[in-house]
Amino acid sequence: MAEVQFRFRDDEPVADPGVTVDAFGAQSNAAAVRLEPGDDARDLLPHLGRLRLVEVNFPVFGDGRGYSAARILREAGYAGELRAVGDVLVDQLAYLRRCGFDAFAPEVPLDPVDAEAAFARYEQAYQPAADGLRPVWALRHG
Amino acid sequence: MYKYDTYDQQLVDTRVEEFRDQVRRRLEGHITEDQFKPLRLMNGLYLQLHAYMLRVAVPYGTLNSAQMRMLGHIADKYDRGYGHFTTRQNIQYNWIKLEQAPDILADLASVEMHAIQTSGNCIRNTTSDQYAGAAADEVVDPRPYAELIRQWSTFHPEFSFLPRKFKMAVIASDTDRAAMRLHDIGIKIVRNDASDLGAAFYVGGGMGRTPMIAPCINPFVPLDRFITYAEACLRVYNRHGRRDNKYKARIKILVHELGKEEYTRQVEAEFAHLLTQGVEPPLAELERIKAQFTEPPFEVGISDEVDRSDPDFALWLETNCLAHRQPGYVAVTISLKPVGGIPGDASADQMRLMADLARDYSFDELRVTHAQNVVLPHVKKADLYALWQALDAAGLGTANLDRIGDIIACPGLDYCSLANARSIPVAQKISERLSPRSDEIGELKLKISGCINACGHHHAGHIGILGVDRKGVENYQLLLGGNEGADTSLGTITGPGFDEDGIVDAVDRATGVYLANKQGAERFLDTYRRIGMAPFKEAIYG
Repeated sequence: MAEVQFRFRDDEPVADPGVTVDAFGAQSNAAAVRLEPGDDARDLLPHLGRLRLVEVNFPVFGDGRGYSAARILREAGYAGELRAVGDVLVDQLAYLRRCGFDAFAPEVPLDPVDAEAAFARYEQAYQPAADGLRPVWALRHG
Repeated sequence: MYKYDTYDQQLVDTRVEEFRDQVRRRLEGHITEDQFKPLRLMNGLYLQLHAYMLRVAVPYGTLNSAQMRMLGHIADKYDRGYGHFTTRQNIQYNWIKLEQAPDILADLASVEMHAIQTSGNCIRNTTSDQYAGAAADEVVDPRPYAELIRQWSTFHPEFSFLPRKFKMAVIASDTDRAAMRLHDIGIKIVRNDASDLGAAFYVGGGMGRTPMIAPCINPFVPLDRFITYAEACLRVYNRHGRRDNKYKARIKILVHELGKEEYTRQVEAEFAHLLTQGVEPPLAELERIKAQFTEPPFEVGISDEVDRSDPDFALWLETNCLAHRQPGYVAVTISLKPVGGIPGDASADQMRLMADLARDYSFDELRVTHAQNVVLPHVKKADLYALWQALDAAGLGTANLDRIGDIIACPGLDYCSLANARSIPVAQKISERLSPRSDEIGELKLKISGCINACGHHHAGHIGILGVDRKGVENYQLLLGGNEGADTSLGTITGPGFDEDGIVDAVDRATGVYLANKQGAERFLDTYRRIGMAPFKEAIYG
């Protein structure tokens, strides 16, 4: 399993790998789950209380279903770690972060300088998402 | 016109620097072409047959003269002295060098322009009615709503890796001049019985290999929640649109496979949830934008008369000018379809001239139309003759709006790596053959695509032509009876295809059938709808 290369949390990481959504439903003590693109993030909503880690897998970076999964979890109040794994590339980092991901375990480690620049580049956004950033319209209208 | 504030400018400037960094990493070999491709595409940069092509966004088709002048400057400095206006109300440059692309974006940013999301599997540039703000029949100017969509969709973090590209159009009149129902989402701004404005949502239209006319899924979404409704439409699509087959990945397939009712049910459920999430901009933001689309300072009490003693001018006036809602003014369409020319192409000099004329005669405004022409929306009738003389001297005075010479054509196999056949030479030959009979034939919208992707809108042409590859030879299918607008219909294939000369002959024969059968003031389309395909088939293949 790929290492977590970037993490924006202070709590202790969960050491266990995430189980599949199917297995998670049956394992009442699991705290970590792994979502594949075809999984429905809303299946996890009844179990948010015991979840500490959700890994969202991007088998190919062009499959954007994980962005919706992340926002759905954050919108439902999930506050645990949301980790993007798989084909995670420098130029997806900012979008992923805005959708609520706070940990990144790219299959191929990223150039740290490029990644830092990507995280920091955009200070504003036109639309609210899951990162708490006030959109431009909120800044315009105080 | 919308004017950037510091937030808009900063976002666009940041994008230029980001792209400069991406190009550097590509040129230094840090990222592969596969990884670079979606990045350059989201900045409008395609790799075509001979060179890179850059597609510049013209949001809802509106430009000022400084922007049009910059388009001419870019054509001269970075291309071969011309550009190609497209069916998406954008402009494309066909001979771009990758190393120079960041500089072009920087030049564009200096006049509040960009190439953001003009390609890629994301929400593309929003299109609109080219006569917005001038048309007598509009409920309201649709562009502020399109601008709100532009901002909402720009760098949308959830919807930048959709199953497929996503096109939106906004109109606000019953006469649909933007092919609204052939978009992934078409929005029609309407007024309800209580006189409130709202947005009717049409979802799941499109052309391509499976053309579909979008059904209305909600006839009235209040304006203080229409961005949220769009977000719900997109989220359902992003989660459930097909990703196993790129030819079945557009939202039209999802809506078709789920059925309109089930798709709508899912959207409404997502909408109810998203209403609790605060994604809607306040109405104050819409008002801020609206304040920038105020009417120009028209003169009142001026003459509605025009001296028509010059017959060439009189013909152009009849053909290319639309009645304006303000007495004494018209909206002028500058044809980019000279007889035998390349549809939609303009030289740098022509762009600069159009910019000057917009400054002098149209309150500094221009529009790009989806039929690949340019509009000066607010011209005083008293200025028309001087304007026409200036246009005519520059090869821009062709009187053929919506006539057989006003052909829509994609770049085709002359440029495009997806094409199966050339479009441009076919357009040129048809224009040369049939333009002499233009006035006799009257309104006839002819549209040519060089492949099944239908960038040339062939499904929506009164006469449509589709270029295909038949055993390595270019072959052209003929379609009749398509239309865009309020009575949108899809064309029907006549039968076996033709070679390049054969398709020109077939079009010639089809117009002959029309002229022989037309009754009264019928247009080609009306006659076709009345008499059906059989007489056309007989004349074409008999």
